[in-house]
Amino acid sequence: MRSDPAEYELVAPASLQAAVTLLAENPTWLPIAGGTDVMVQFAAGTLAARKLLSIWNLPELRRIEAQPDELRIGAGCTYTDLRGHEVVAREFPLLARAASWTGGIANQNRGTLGGNIVNASPAADSLPAPLVYEAELILVSARGERRVAYREFHTDYKKMNLAADELIRAICVPRRFVGYVHYARKVGARNAQAISKVCIAALGRIEKAEIKDVRIALGSVAPTPIRLVETERALIGKRLDPRVMALARKAATAETRPIDDIRSTARYRAAVVSNLVGEFLERLGAAATGHE
Amino acid sequence: MTTKHGAKREFSLTVNGEPKTVRAYPMERLLDVLRQDLGLTGTKEGCGEGECGACSVLMDGALVDSCLIPVAQAEGARVVTIEGVARDARFRALREAFLECGGAQCGICTPGMILAAAHLLEKKPKPTLAEIREGLSGNLCRCTGYIQIFEAVAEAARRSAAS
Repeated sequence: MRSDPAEYELVAPASLQAAVTLLAENPTWLPIAGGTDVMVQFAAGTLAARKLLSIWNLPELRRIEAQPDELRIGAGCTYTDLRGHEVVAREFPLLARAASWTGGIANQNRGTLGGNIVNASPAADSLPAPLVYEAELILVSARGERRVAYREFHTDYKKMNLAADELIRAICVPRRFVGYVHYARKVGARNAQAISKVCIAALGRIEKAEIKDVRIALGSVAPTPIRLVETERALIGKRLDPRVMALARKAATAETRPIDDIRSTARYRAAVVSNLVGEFLERLGAAATGHE
Repeated sequence: MTTKHGAKREFSLTVNGEPKTVRAYPMERLLDVLRQDLGLTGTKEGCGEGECGACSVLMDGALVDSCLIPVAQAEGARVVTIEGVARDARFRALREAFLECGGAQCGICTPGMILAAAHLLEKKPKPTLAEIREGLSGNLCRCTGYIQIFEAVAEAARRSAAS
């Protein structure tokens, strides 16, 4: 049943400083950005928090800053902001593609990268990309700022390394993936507005026929979005031949823990994981051949 | 008994070019404020959870689902609903094309479709079919099968370019 708005309070501070001060005094308040997740819970009558803190459109969170060594994406940037940014499109195409897969245009105009990270759905299309780009998060509170590796942020299903008085301020991605093969694919019932059965983001670079660097991340196959650490290890320093590809596909299946749910089955997901890793490696191999 | 946490407050916004002030709970949905407080019932409620696009409006020029916007986040915003599009000469070709191409059947999705199409044509006056499909991908229609709607948007773009 829908919630009664009379039971809820929402305050909308004008600055990030005011927001973190309020959150320090009231750490049980729930931050709400574009509302694409929180308002769905509100509609379903499952929103536990009764007091909300709007961080939508805070100017400090809505900036993308291109520094020489990294791109700092304000946590309140929308998917539309990401899709429209030149450096994102050129150097971090997996982020731009994931943004284009997230909901329809109206959702992209409101949904934010920081919001999706904190919502922590293992099925979110946008989360494998920052994992392969080795993103770091800047977390902010009235106590100050700290930086954490995004890989260490999600600790279990909907659990994360974020204190009750903290907000994500920015998602920082190092500008060192130019020249890599960037691969992403979403497998779902339909392209738009459908949550993935499996989604992948992957990066790789081959030099002199040897895999110099490779990163693979998946959504919807574990309680959190994950990096395929063992699969990457099986590939680094190797020549990309059929035997190595078969080993990598096997390693990928072994290190994912898909489940049966409303959208798919564990068995189907495991088969898709293996095929997606295979397709990525074929693209990586083809790109290397094309260069030589 | 329910616990009252919020109190009604005044919110000011511009709707279809007219300044409006409403007294509402801050978590009231923009959709309900438009329909109930302002009597603008052209904006429809479909799913109520951001999947179907029936409640689409423009907020500060961006297409949004009004069922997902707490009114407190619309404070100071410029909102355009189907009633605004209906009397805006710029969208005459779009309205006519929907009529002539059979883009409207039962009509529930139509206000949202037209808002999504208006948003698309503002950004891309000559959209490709792929761009039309993407621009309207957040709007569901259970009658038309979409083809007439896509044709209507393409026809509107042609007429606007010709005029």
